[in-house]
Amino acid sequence: MPALPQQMYKHFTKNAKIFSILSLKTNSFVIQIGFVMLNQSIILNNLRKEILSLGGIKSPTSKLAQKHGLYMLKDNFPLGIFPTASMHEFITNNPSQLAASTGFVAATIATCLPDNAIIVWISNAHQVYPAALSLFGIQPHKIIFVHPTNEKETNWCIEQALQCNSITAMVAEMSNLNFYNSRRFQLAVEKSKVTGFILNTQTNKINTTACVTRWKIESLPSEFQNKMPGVGLPRWKVELQKIRNGKTGNWEIEWANKKFQLLNPPAIVKESFQQSKTG
Amino acid sequence: MPSRYVAIWFRYLKTDWIIRRNPALANMPFVLYEKNHGRMIVSAANFLAEKKGVYAGAILADARATIPALNIQEDPAAIFEEVIQKMAVWFIRYSPIVAVDAPDGIIINATGCAHLWGGEEEYIGNITTRLQQLGYTIKIAMAGSIGAAWALAHYGAEASIVQHGDKKNALAFLPPVALRIDDEIASRLQKLGLTSIIDILDIPTPSLRRRFGNQFIKQLQFALGYIEELMVPVELPAEYVQRLHALEPIKHAKGIEIALQKLIELLCTQLQSVEKGLRHCTFKAYRIDGKIVNIDINITRPSNNCAHIFKLLASKIVELAPGPGIELFVIESNTVEPMPTAQEEIWNVETNELDNKNIAELMDRIMNKIGPQQVKRFLPAEHYWPELSIKLATSLQEKQTIPWANNKIRPQRLLKHPEPIMVTAPIPDYPPMLFKHKGKLHRIVKADGPERIEQEWWLQQGLHRDYYYVEDEAGNRFWLFRYGHYDVTKKDQWFLHGYCT
Repeated sequence: MPALPQQMYKHFTKNAKIFSILSLKTNSFVIQIGFVMLNQSIILNNLRKEILSLGGIKSPTSKLAQKHGLYMLKDNFPLGIFPTASMHEFITNNPSQLAASTGFVAATIATCLPDNAIIVWISNAHQVYPAALSLFGIQPHKIIFVHPTNEKETNWCIEQALQCNSITAMVAEMSNLNFYNSRRFQLAVEKSKVTGFILNTQTNKINTTACVTRWKIESLPSEFQNKMPGVGLPRWKVELQKIRNGKTGNWEIEWANKKFQLLNPPAIVKESFQQSKTG
Repeated sequence: MPSRYVAIWFRYLKTDWIIRRNPALANMPFVLYEKNHGRMIVSAANFLAEKKGVYAGAILADARATIPALNIQEDPAAIFEEVIQKMAVWFIRYSPIVAVDAPDGIIINATGCAHLWGGEEEYIGNITTRLQQLGYTIKIAMAGSIGAAWALAHYGAEASIVQHGDKKNALAFLPPVALRIDDEIASRLQKLGLTSIIDILDIPTPSLRRRFGNQFIKQLQFALGYIEELMVPVELPAEYVQRLHALEPIKHAKGIEIALQKLIELLCTQLQSVEKGLRHCTFKAYRIDGKIVNIDINITRPSNNCAHIFKLLASKIVELAPGPGIELFVIESNTVEPMPTAQEEIWNVETNELDNKNIAELMDRIMNKIGPQQVKRFLPAEHYWPELSIKLATSLQEKQTIPWANNKIRPQRLLKHPEPIMVTAPIPDYPPMLFKHKGKLHRIVKADGPERIEQEWWLQQGLHRDYYYVEDEAGNRFWLFRYGHYDVTKKDQWFLHGYCT
């Protein structure tokens, strides 16, 4: 294989369009094709990353030293990793679902985001009990609770928190998430690299939002292995209803030994990349 | 710099104040009276009444006989203390140190202030004009000591200014009463034929002391400026203050913003030079109608960052009503803390600590928008009672003293007030079989408990709670409790206290 000019090589790996034009123009066409075959997967991967980053999903940086808490969902996530620095919406229809989502979000922050996370928790319900969140491995004294009194203040506080790059995560309980405010939140996190979680308590309708994912978390009856009496470990039915550039799915997950554990390995979903353009 | 004091005497404070509120009285003789041992005594008379021979202290009946068309009104004596106090606050626009000289005078420490108005004459002139516009008759004097200024304001010529070192000549021909001495001593001096201060000045001090006492000598020395006299300012000037006079009254937000920006820059430079940071600061606007409006902010972590402080204050400018216009802006702070200049970090290490400038600034923005009590952080407390087992942290820096306990089941969402539920439970201490909350029936499949939590009698009285951690058919978990022991005669014993994950 003749050595390609340095500049041309750069074009090859970076930009597919220029690459195809160039390859048509060159004389040693066959050799070029061979080169393409070798590097196709790398090029495609790079292209995918570029598209994802344009869509707001960045590959992990040093700040977001990645932890694979939700490793069982990796086939469904873009880049195979829980999308940090983006907005996640959780649908909650009743207080029990809200409690299930509260626990799941706390566990996600502990297992997928950097250690010793600083969390801003915006809610007007005055319900979250920090002492119980240490069960999921987060430090409750690192949570700053903000209690806005109306819708306008809630939106304002969320946006301010998301713009502050010194916090790790922001959790907000709100009922009026719509396309406009969620887009503002998503744009803010893309810049500041904060991960935002919205516990959407609006029960009657689901708005279109600019959040990267939409989840629904429900509790599942717990079970002890040897049928012992009493209440077992927390279990969730995790429903990933929407994910931008990923695949939706359902899982049953248990919280054991301070990490997520999959209960029923799902049947492998064969879905091509093209078909899953949701969100 | 030699001290300069201004004394102002409101000649007709009470009547002027009432005429200002009822202008119709301005052109007629008018007196205020008060009841004294069953008699009605004139307590204040206006200029026209005095011209016709009615003075304060006369008996009202006599006054009415002298002037048949006399207007009378009862003296609202109690409010004038407040009036003069407010007046003194109004004078802060002329100098930061202003004191009340009860009952109807004001003393201003004008040291280093007059040049801002273009000189002492202009300074005095400005005060006189402004007060005349407001309808007050005043006598004013400026001198190097409080005693001299007071004497000239009360007994001297109009608007006299005594130059530095000229006090003796200025006071020479005033009566001794001008020294603020007792009536008894004054009459004794009168009896001895010492009718002006110049007569006294020639007498040796020991002889004066023997005859008139120490206080008299002291007053003389105060007037001559031999001893510095103490004055009690109406408002203590703040430690860090910046003032900005507006050339013309400012009425619009943009103008206020510019003033604010300038003042913050000055204040921050001042603070930076002494390595201090603000914790609290007040931005005051003195309006031309005499009102003072202000906005203030609290800062969680000492800061002397112009942009941050400006952002916090600027968001509150809308609350500042400019009225007819603002003539003076003042920014001041009494709460400052040391703030060493930050060292540049070589490694930009992400420590994830709460003690961080960005987080403190975020908290400031949120607290100033929605109120400081709406932002909370919790630390573990050594109590079993769930409501007491967390306590509010006082600052972002406060560290926990005990670790978080997670050996007991606690709900992730705790209801603020436990909600009553209806249960079916086997007696005496079994967990419920089912419960009804807000009309919805939950069948309990699995349960843990009871966990008995007793009241801490040294804190509060009441029964214990027996907590059960239960799971219904769908897998939803709840934290229920029974208040006290099982009792068939009691209703509403069971409560839902939280939702668990």
